[in-house]
Amino acid sequence: MAGARRKLLLMGRSGSGKSSMRSIIFSNYSAFDTRRLGATIDVEHSHLRFLGNMTLNLWDCGGQDAYMDHYFSTQRDNIFRMVEALIFVFDVESKELRKDIETFVLCLRNLYEFSPSSKIFALVHKMDLVILEKRQDVYRALMKSLEDTSAMFSFQVQGFATTIWDESLYKAWSSIVCSLIPNVALFQKHLQTFADISEADEVILFEKTTFLVISHVTNPRSPGFRSDSTRFEKISNIIKQYKQSCSKLRAQFQSLSIRGTDSTSYLDTMTSNTMIMVIMSHKPDIRGSSNLPGGNDINGDGDESLADEAENNIILANIKIARKMFEKIEMMNPDDR
Amino acid sequence: MSAEELHGHGFGANPSPRIVMMGLRRGGKSSICQVMFHNMQPLDTLYIESTTAPTTSVFSSFIDFAVMELPGQINFTDAMIDAERIFSSCGALIYVIDSQDEYINALANLHSIIIHAVNANPTINIEVFIHKVDGLSEDFRLDAQRDITQRVTDELLDDGLVNVSISFHLTSIFDHSIYEAFSRVVQKLIPQLATLENLLNVLCQHSGIDKAFLFDIGSKIFVATDSSPLDIPTYEICTDFIDITVDMNNLYAVDRRPKSGSRTDPNANSNNNNNNNHNNGIAVNQNTTDRPEPIPPGRPIGSTSRLSNGVILYLQQMVKGLALVCLMRKESMPKIALVEYNIEFFRDALEQLWLIG
Repeated sequence: MAGARRKLLLMGRSGSGKSSMRSIIFSNYSAFDTRRLGATIDVEHSHLRFLGNMTLNLWDCGGQDAYMDHYFSTQRDNIFRMVEALIFVFDVESKELRKDIETFVLCLRNLYEFSPSSKIFALVHKMDLVILEKRQDVYRALMKSLEDTSAMFSFQVQGFATTIWDESLYKAWSSIVCSLIPNVALFQKHLQTFADISEADEVILFEKTTFLVISHVTNPRSPGFRSDSTRFEKISNIIKQYKQSCSKLRAQFQSLSIRGTDSTSYLDTMTSNTMIMVIMSHKPDIRGSSNLPGGNDINGDGDESLADEAENNIILANIKIARKMFEKIEMMNPDDR
Repeated sequence: MSAEELHGHGFGANPSPRIVMMGLRRGGKSSICQVMFHNMQPLDTLYIESTTAPTTSVFSSFIDFAVMELPGQINFTDAMIDAERIFSSCGALIYVIDSQDEYINALANLHSIIIHAVNANPTINIEVFIHKVDGLSEDFRLDAQRDITQRVTDELLDDGLVNVSISFHLTSIFDHSIYEAFSRVVQKLIPQLATLENLLNVLCQHSGIDKAFLFDIGSKIFVATDSSPLDIPTYEICTDFIDITVDMNNLYAVDRRPKSGSRTDPNANSNNNNNNNHNNGIAVNQNTTDRPEPIPPGRPIGSTSRLSNGVILYLQQMVKGLALVCLMRKESMPKIALVEYNIEFFRDALEQLWLIG
């Protein structure tokens, strides 16, 4: 059976930011570049391969009133059938919040009729335009009304506050896409095993093109400096920018290893669709004071760089071995459970 | 703006390289300083207020240099005596011309400034930044550069000033051109430049490195490079590589703020501190997160990246806020231990250079 096709509806009023989001996550636009985008005419379809065997069929529906009227009348069937997820974008600065929510309710009503099992996501977008102190409140206020309306149709809505100017966009889309991956629990389980065996502090699995986080595992015994809860999105953002710079040299990066002051991160290809990042913190007790046998230690840390080298090779070897398992998981028929 | 104020803002007793930045108002001088030395995002420079007093940014990393920015409204004929004091103690004069505006007035202003500067200090380097070129098309940029170069040199010739060291750069804060131009300006002021280039050449020859740069991590200007030809995409990817290395390091660094007494104190309330640090977010276009503190002492930071076209990027932190960034071919990877060995010698050489110099 061919790979699964997941239909995603991206809806929202005109100018709320749907096409910008789509271009940043899936088409490598930078946030700055999105100002070139014009209004979307009717529906723009994108087919995006995700994880090899899954195709995301993203319907970016133009938000102008004329189009919206069509969607709810003549094109109802076409639009709302077989939908896996609805992503509704609210512009936080919208002057017609009432109307936005009404449109949302209309979508829910149609989904209830044609695709009752679809997931609902609400993105409260352009949060950079709200002052920092008010953001929580604005978000909560909107979500409250959305949760109430969704409950009327027995849908559970999941909300995110996003902006294209920071990493929150990646967090939202990672969650959305992950909820559609059928065997994400399996990825999680094997990633956990990998992390335990490697004694890594953190292991993160990314999708290769979009750099959305598929799954991550944190060792609970790792030092307490892992306190930035938005670090995964930040990593997505940082690496995506690096990818874009490499493309200036008409090349892509294959691996990256960064030895920082307290930890070393290794980023390498896992399967043809995923990359894995392994973070090992520096363990002070292992860096012993034993000198290299018979060697001239120039600056006293020869033994440290040996240990580094060894760790590097071990991680790479582990990744190589794990690769087969992960490839198998990817290739599994998505509709098997 | 009295003469005393101007006098009081001199460089003082600081003997290290000094750069003075001048230009008509709204030319872009403050934006350049903010973006380069205070990590401001280029888009945020729209909100900078007009400069009313001479501002000095002291930049201390590998070399302490100070950039003094004189407001555009200064009428130089009034405070000429003190201006000469400033010129005689500085190594380079950067004049910023707004290329999107009528620049005839700027050129006249520049001409009179050059005359005074050269009188005060015949060895001063004049650097003309033809700024805000991001708004011009490629042909227009070259046209502007040609036109300005022609006019300025003609006027200087008319006045009989032939030995003026003057160079022209096309710059914009929205891409890497400003960094490259500033790198060139700073390089002319470093006495150790020839030695550094020589060291880099030797390192490259003996380690199979194609291109090596010595960068300043904070401002991303490059202090020296080896003699192989420089192309801009290479420079750009090196600056991006430095950015991600520093960002990733900061994400996972232990909070070493003074309040937590010991160096590795994982139980300090790093939660609040780190979140405050990171709430600026990352502007996707160019730069990176706020870097309020320099890289803490410890083992030098390094990173490696393999690219699909066989190029390897290799970074090693050096002394005094510098970093060595090399491009190698992947065939050199099996011998990486030898390369690292050579780099250690290079690092020692740098340390000695700064002890003496």
